[in-house]
Amino acid sequence: MADQRTLSPLDLDTPDKTFLDANELVINMGPQHPATHGVLRVILRLDGEKVLGLECVIGYLHRGVEKIGENRTYAMFNPYVDRMDYVAAVSNGLGYCEAVEKLLAIEAPSRAQHVRVILTELNRIASHQLWLGTHALDIGAITPLFYTFRDREEILKIFEKYCGARLTTHAFRIGGLQYETYNGFEKEVKNFLNFFRPKIDEYEELLTTNRIWLERTKGIGKISAEDCIALGVTGPVLRASGVKWDIRKAQPYANYKNFDFEIPTGQNGDTYDRYIVRMIEMRQAVRIIEQAVDSLPEGPIMAKVPKVMKPPVGEVYHSIEAPKGELGYFIVSDGSTQPYRVRVRPPSFVNLQALDTMCRGQLVADVIAVIGTLDIVLGEVDR
Amino acid sequence: MNAFVQYIESYLTSNVTPGAAGNMFWASIYILIVFTGVSVGVICMNWLERKVLAHMQVRLGPMRVGPHGLLQPFADALKLLLKEDIIPARADSVIFWSAPFIVDLAAFTVFVVVPFGPQHAITDMNIGILFMLGVSSLSVLGIVMAGWASNSHYPLIGALRSSAQMVSYEVAMGFAVVSAILMTSLNATGTGTLSMIGIVEAQKAQAEWFIFKFFPLGLIAFFIFTVAMVAETNRAPFDLAEAESELTAGFHTEYSGFRWSLFFLAEYGAMMAVSSIAVTLWLGGWLRPFPNWLSGSTWDSIFSYFPGATFLFLATLCFYETARMPKHPYFRIQTIGLAVFGALLALIGLLLFVPAVSVRIQDIFWFTAKVAGFMYLYIWYRGTFPRYRFDQLMRMGWKVLLPIGLGTLILTAGVALIQQNLWRP
Repeated sequence: MADQRTLSPLDLDTPDKTFLDANELVINMGPQHPATHGVLRVILRLDGEKVLGLECVIGYLHRGVEKIGENRTYAMFNPYVDRMDYVAAVSNGLGYCEAVEKLLAIEAPSRAQHVRVILTELNRIASHQLWLGTHALDIGAITPLFYTFRDREEILKIFEKYCGARLTTHAFRIGGLQYETYNGFEKEVKNFLNFFRPKIDEYEELLTTNRIWLERTKGIGKISAEDCIALGVTGPVLRASGVKWDIRKAQPYANYKNFDFEIPTGQNGDTYDRYIVRMIEMRQAVRIIEQAVDSLPEGPIMAKVPKVMKPPVGEVYHSIEAPKGELGYFIVSDGSTQPYRVRVRPPSFVNLQALDTMCRGQLVADVIAVIGTLDIVLGEVDR
Repeated sequence: MNAFVQYIESYLTSNVTPGAAGNMFWASIYILIVFTGVSVGVICMNWLERKVLAHMQVRLGPMRVGPHGLLQPFADALKLLLKEDIIPARADSVIFWSAPFIVDLAAFTVFVVVPFGPQHAITDMNIGILFMLGVSSLSVLGIVMAGWASNSHYPLIGALRSSAQMVSYEVAMGFAVVSAILMTSLNATGTGTLSMIGIVEAQKAQAEWFIFKFFPLGLIAFFIFTVAMVAETNRAPFDLAEAESELTAGFHTEYSGFRWSLFFLAEYGAMMAVSSIAVTLWLGGWLRPFPNWLSGSTWDSIFSYFPGATFLFLATLCFYETARMPKHPYFRIQTIGLAVFGALLALIGLLLFVPAVSVRIQDIFWFTAKVAGFMYLYIWYRGTFPRYRFDQLMRMGWKVLLPIGLGTLILTAGVALIQQNLWRP
C-alpha cells in the first residue's frame, strides 16, 4: 500500500501497453540490495525488463548533520562533515573550513593551502577508485574492485600517517592545518604517484576497450547538457555531457589557480563518457599533486584565528569541486559561537535526482549501471 | 552364487560399456563411481574457483580451514546442511521443494552417456548426444519452477531470464553439434553416429580431432559451442539469471541451506556436463593430444607417463608449500595435513606409473584433464568479463551465433559432401 502512495507522483507519459495490459511490475530495489551502494531504495515500475519510471526513497541514513551543526561551535562541527561523504572526507573538510574562513575573513597560509590541495586531490583519486571498483562490480566485472582497493590502500596509508585516521580524516582546521606534514611526506606522495600512474593503465586495460564493457556503458543513461543544468547536476556527470564546468577553474579556491591542469569533458553524456571523464580526472589529479608537492612552500601552517570563533552576523556560500560534484556550504552566522544554520549542498543528493531521467526506457540492468555511474554516497545523500 | 560370480565376471571379458553389455551389476557400480566422481569434481571445483579467482584478484582466497583452505568446501557443505530450512510462507511448497531435485536430476543424468574411455561409460546409447542435450535442457524446468514457486519478484525475473537464455542458446548450440556430427559420417560407409563413444571413435579413425577438421569450420563450430555452453550454464559473462547486482541471486534468491547447495551442485555438474560434450565432440574425448604429429608407440609410452607425472607434480607443489608453511606451532596440524595430502598425491602418482594401472587410467585422465581445462576457462571468464545485458545476450544468441552456426553447418555439409562423393579415392 505504501508503494501506491509513493508511486503516485510518477508521471508515465507513454506507458507501453501490451495486449495483456497487466504488464506493470513494481519492484522495490533496496534498501537492502547489493547494488544500491548503501541504503537507497528505488521503486521501479517495470514492463518486463523495461523501466517505465522510478522513484528514489531516501533518508535511511539520515543523521541530522545539518541540525547538529546548529548546536556545535564552528570548530566542533568540523569532524561531523567528514561523515557525510565518507569516501571523500577530506573534500568535505576543505569545503567547510574554507566556508568558515570566508565568514571570518581570514585566509589559510600558502603552505597549508598546498597541503590541502595535495590531500584533497589524493582523496579525489581514492574516491574515484572506489567508484570505479563498485561501478565495475555492478556491471559484473568483479576483478577491478580488488585492484582499486589494493591501490587505494596506499592513499589511506598516507592519510593515516598524516592525521591518524584513514577514512574520516578531519585533516584540516579552520584557518589552516593542525599538523605539520610528517617526515618524508613529499617523498611518500611522490612514490605513490609513480606507483599509481601505471595502475590507471592497468584499470583501463581491463575495461576501456572491453567489448562487453563498451556494450554495457555506451549510450546507457544518457543525459543532455540542458537536462543536467536544469536538474542541477554537477561534477563528472555534468562534464561528461559536454559542459566544461569545474569549480576548481570556474571559481578557484584553495590555490588551484596556481596549478596547471585540464578539465576533461565528454560529448555523449552516457555512462561510458562519465567513465572516461573520471579516468582522465584521476590522471589530472596526479598532475596537480605533482605540481603541489614540487612547489610546496615553507612557512606557517595556521593563520591567526581567534580562540573563540565568533563570526560577524551574515551569511556565506562557498562551494568546492568535490569528487562527486559541487559541494556547497551555506552558513548563516548570528554572531554567536554557533552557526545559526548550516546548509549543505551535497553533490550526490542533487545528482541522484537525475536517476529517473537517465533510466526511463532503459532496462533493469541499466538502472544498476546508472546508479553506479552517478557515484552516490548515501551518507551524503541523506546527511 | 556361482551364477552371480559368472554374471559379474562375464562383463570383464567384454569390451563394451556395462550398459551396452546389459550388466546391471557393473552398471550400478559405474553409476556410483561416476556420481561420486562428479560430486568430488564439484568439491574440487569449488575450492579451485575460489583460489584461482582469488589469485586473479590479488588476494589469497580461503586460507584458514585446512592448509591453504583445502577443507573449506567441506566446512561450507557442513554449514549448508546445518542451516535452517526455510520455505517462504507464501511459496508453493511442493514446487519449491521439488525444483532443486529436478535441476540436480537433469545435471547428473547426462553423465550416463559421458564417455570417459572406450568402455568407461555407464552406457553407450546410439542417441547419446541427443540424450545429453535433451536431458540437460530439462534443468530449465527446475529453474522456472524455482522462480515461480518462490512467489517473489527477483526469482521470477531471474527464472524468466534464464529460461529465455537457455532456450535461445540451445539453438545455436544444436547447429554447432550437428556440424560436428556430420563429420563423423566421413568414413567408408558414409554413415555418421550420435553415440558419444562413436563420435570419439570416428575422430580416432580419421586421425583428426574435429576442432581441426575442415579448418576453420570445425574451429568455428567449437567456438560457437563454447560460447553457447557458457550461456547455457548461466555462468559469467552470461550469468544474468543470478546477476548478483541486479537480481540479488536470481531464481534461487529464496533458497537457503541444503536446497541452495543442490542448485550449486547442479550448476557445477552442468558445467562439467557441457564441457564433456565439447571435449567429446571436438577435442577427441579420451584420446591423447597430438595423435598425428607425435605418433608411434614410443610417443604412446611417453604420453602414458603423463598421468603419474601430473600427480607427482602436484605432490611436489604440496611439499614445496609444506616447506613454506609458517613454523609456528599453531600451524603444526595444517603443515602435517598438507604433507600427508602431498604424500597421498605422490602415492597416486607412483601408482599411475605401474603399466597395468596406467593403461586403464589413461583415457580417464586425458578426458578429465580436458574437462578441467574448460573449468579453468569458466573461472577465467568470471574473473575478467563484465556481465552482458539481457537484450544484448539475446541479440548475440539469435543474430550472431545462430547465423554463424547455420552457415558453418551448411558449409560443413557441403565440404563433407564433396569429399565423400568427388574426391573419394
